[in-house]
Amino acid sequence: MVLQASLKNCLQLSCILRTPKVGFRSTTSGSLIIQSTSDDVYQNLAVEDWIHDHMNLENRQVLFLWRNSPAVVIGRHQNPWQECNLRLLRQKNIKLARRRSGGGTVYHDLGNINLTFFTSKKKYERMENLKLVVKALKALRPQLDVHVTDRYDILLDRHYKISGTAAKLGRTTAYHHCTLLCNADKFVLSSVLKSPYKGIKSNATPSVPASVKNLFEEDPSLTCEMLLDAIAEEYATQHQTDHHITLINPADETVLPGINNKTKELQTWEWVYGKTPKFSVSTCFNMVYKDSVLDVKVDMDVKHGRIEVCNIDLPEQWLPPAVCSELVKSLTGSKFCPNETTTLAATLLRVCPQDAELQSRWNLLCENMIMLM
Amino acid sequence: MAAVTALRSSCRTAGRLTGASEDRAADPPSKHDTHADLPPPLSPPGRRLPRAGGRAVPELPSPPPLSLPGRLSPPCRSPTRDGARAARQPAPSVPRDPRFGITGVLFSGSSKKIISKFYSFALLEVCIHRVRSCSGIRFIKSKYVCVFDKSALKFSHQQRLFRTSAVSCGQIVQFKLSDIGEGITEVTVKEWYIKEGDSVSQFDSICEVQSDKASVTITSRYDGIIRKLHYNLDEIAYVGKPLVDIEIDASKGVSPEEDVVETPPMSHEEHTHQEIKGHKTLATPAVRRLAMENNIKLSEVVGTGKDNRILKEDILNYLAKQTGAILPPSPKAEIIPPLPKSETVPAAPKDRAHKIPVPVSRPIVFSGKDKTEPITGFQKAMLKTMSAALKIPHFGYCDEIDLTQLVQLREELKPLAQIRGVKLSFMPFFIKAASLGLLQYPILNASLDESCQNVTYKASHNIGVAMDTEQGLIVPNVKNVQVSSVFEIASELNRLQSLGSAGQLGTNDLSGGTFTLSNIGTIGGTYAKPVILPPEVAIGALGKIQVLPRFNGKGEVFKAQIMNVSWSADHRIIDGATMARFSNLWKSYLENPASMLLDLK
Repeated sequence: MVLQASLKNCLQLSCILRTPKVGFRSTTSGSLIIQSTSDDVYQNLAVEDWIHDHMNLENRQVLFLWRNSPAVVIGRHQNPWQECNLRLLRQKNIKLARRRSGGGTVYHDLGNINLTFFTSKKKYERMENLKLVVKALKALRPQLDVHVTDRYDILLDRHYKISGTAAKLGRTTAYHHCTLLCNADKFVLSSVLKSPYKGIKSNATPSVPASVKNLFEEDPSLTCEMLLDAIAEEYATQHQTDHHITLINPADETVLPGINNKTKELQTWEWVYGKTPKFSVSTCFNMVYKDSVLDVKVDMDVKHGRIEVCNIDLPEQWLPPAVCSELVKSLTGSKFCPNETTTLAATLLRVCPQDAELQSRWNLLCENMIMLM
Repeated sequence: MAAVTALRSSCRTAGRLTGASEDRAADPPSKHDTHADLPPPLSPPGRRLPRAGGRAVPELPSPPPLSLPGRLSPPCRSPTRDGARAARQPAPSVPRDPRFGITGVLFSGSSKKIISKFYSFALLEVCIHRVRSCSGIRFIKSKYVCVFDKSALKFSHQQRLFRTSAVSCGQIVQFKLSDIGEGITEVTVKEWYIKEGDSVSQFDSICEVQSDKASVTITSRYDGIIRKLHYNLDEIAYVGKPLVDIEIDASKGVSPEEDVVETPPMSHEEHTHQEIKGHKTLATPAVRRLAMENNIKLSEVVGTGKDNRILKEDILNYLAKQTGAILPPSPKAEIIPPLPKSETVPAAPKDRAHKIPVPVSRPIVFSGKDKTEPITGFQKAMLKTMSAALKIPHFGYCDEIDLTQLVQLREELKPLAQIRGVKLSFMPFFIKAASLGLLQYPILNASLDESCQNVTYKASHNIGVAMDTEQGLIVPNVKNVQVSSVFEIASELNRLQSLGSAGQLGTNDLSGGTFTLSNIGTIGGTYAKPVILPPEVAIGALGKIQVLPRFNGKGEVFKAQIMNVSWSADHRIIDGATMARFSNLWKSYLENPASMLLDLK
């Protein structure tokens, strides 16, 4: 059984995790392997933050194993509108999270495992970590053709990406995490990671798309549990520590004080969308209204996820200019978010002249605007 | 006392010696070059120091009372930073750096060990005071500047106080981008957490840089004010080159002598090393008081300060071990610097609140600030709607409904609806009854035009349901209730509720309403005064269902399920009688649900 959690280990961990970094004087200095009991992406990312902020990693290293229910995770400086199909995410109830490390966008589900290597900043060494993973895979299935590239990816059969990497460095600690595709849903993966939004100009970190393959496709006998176990074993051997995986519950405040605040912060709109670097949207679309096709041109500047500047070019007098300028005024300063725009649009409808023709035109324009978000 | 006088003379010596060395300095001239006009050195409150000619010679300062944030250099910094520092390290009282001791020995000559340590402390005070008076103690400063350039990360929080205060005001230090590892030489600046003019403390996050999938948080090594950012967003920054310029320990925020609060002066004895119960335990009065309050013998506490001095952290550690309490982890300001500060500032005085009798003259320090933010999104929508509603002259009409029979009916029908996959609440009944009422009183489902010339009687009963979501108030409506069954209304409500909580309601769902019901009773309340949502002319607010005693027809008291309703209507086109009759009809349908069957279409 992969998941062994002896009571002794739990207590040890809680003592270790509880002691604040400043006053940390523990005598134990072995490396630690921990696994999350939760599949909530926000909770798991919060655990990473917690360990990064509160653990003293001068003399120890930690390996954190985790899996998430369907979620798209974007890098620290990325633009979610550029990276994924937000409409599809909302429809399918797939969560969107922004991690604190850099790098590109990934799709997680329970067929994907995540590994985080925590070290002190001096011992930060990504290549070593990835080589460890490859070694573990080869030990498990010697016939697998896996190797690490210069870009810190792991490729299967020299062609398919099975792992991507990202890292975060703080003042004294650092972590390097990577994914490993065991049995993820490739169909959903490719559809959610394709952005339908056009006309976005931004300096956000772009993702480099790659063809992916599941390890399961190469060898159907592989499961996530086997991979986790193999990697934990290799880590334990290399770090001369017990091959004991300690389970932690990311909602437990007694073991991880302050963790729930971190989880909440990762879920706020300000973090997920508001941290998007400044970008501009410049696009045009056609509206079909009663046997005529209209061209509409829209220009928007979005900063911190909010519309700073908005410009809508409509055919002359299609909507009364007062109404149109009201819309522009309302949108300025509000979130670049379909929900808010819908609410504002509905409100403006209430207070403008009650004319069925006007209302249907207004609705049409608003629907199209919302499609941009 | 003898020790003290020896100290005083040594201080004077120290003062003179340090003054003399200024000539050797080869630094850019400081703003305040004259030492003749020295403002009196800063001291803890209550101590007025004499101006002795051109050189101010400080008397031996005593540590400030525990309640004041910051220890040896209280007034020089802005309150928020003080609070932050106080929050971060409770009470380091004396520096641990042996360097200070050495400096002391240099000047003291034949002082005993105890006095030299104390003296180094005093010397430091001298340095601080002289420096603060901006005469520029160059040689001390150069010592500290060396310290900065080495890895400053080695120093504990406690030393930070001394180091920063000993550098002369207004000195701009170029903070270089330190090595990131893996041989990386250049990074892209992705986000600045500060801007020019902001004040930063050591370990505050300055910016976020990215290099090849690694995101690095750069934290400040100094306290001070940001004077220049060397890079804009998305520019490439180089390791080893300056990242920001920080002006260290600017003299603004120095309170003039006149503002010093008068508190009873502490005797010198309290400051010296005391012998307690035969043990020589080193601890400041503040630490002693804390130990005394918690009934801790200082002899039992392991001191971790210099020469086994007991620090406040040691007392807390000791307490934690005793009670098994979990120490709060040190708050790291990674993302939003102000947030952890405000959270931890109240923590410090709280645990002593019920132990120390509050001195009368203690100033109340509250470091909370007003926060102004623009109104956007849902709030803006509500603002616009309600401002428009102001034009409508409202009148109210309230009543109570006996829902005993309805409660029973719903209990019977709930499982049937469940089988069909729909959650049945009371709202579908309220909505359907309202629609039946509107058929009899269509003026309540009308709209008055802008010029108040015409009334439009709306054919569809699109009944809005006020919904409270995370972002705020939203009012979707159920379309065409007049031709819908209770079950259809219930399933439509389910759909709107799930979309509403997911934030995915469309414009169609949110517009076209003709009448609104607000079930505020699910949260609480009895009577309300709802505001009509234009362009509608009426609205009803439903209170909570309470079990109350009522009299039945036979004069007996029985348990009744009572709910209150509060209607508001536009008095320009609706009169009180109409509203009352509508309400009575609606009430009769709900009090006797079977009667709805007669009028269902």
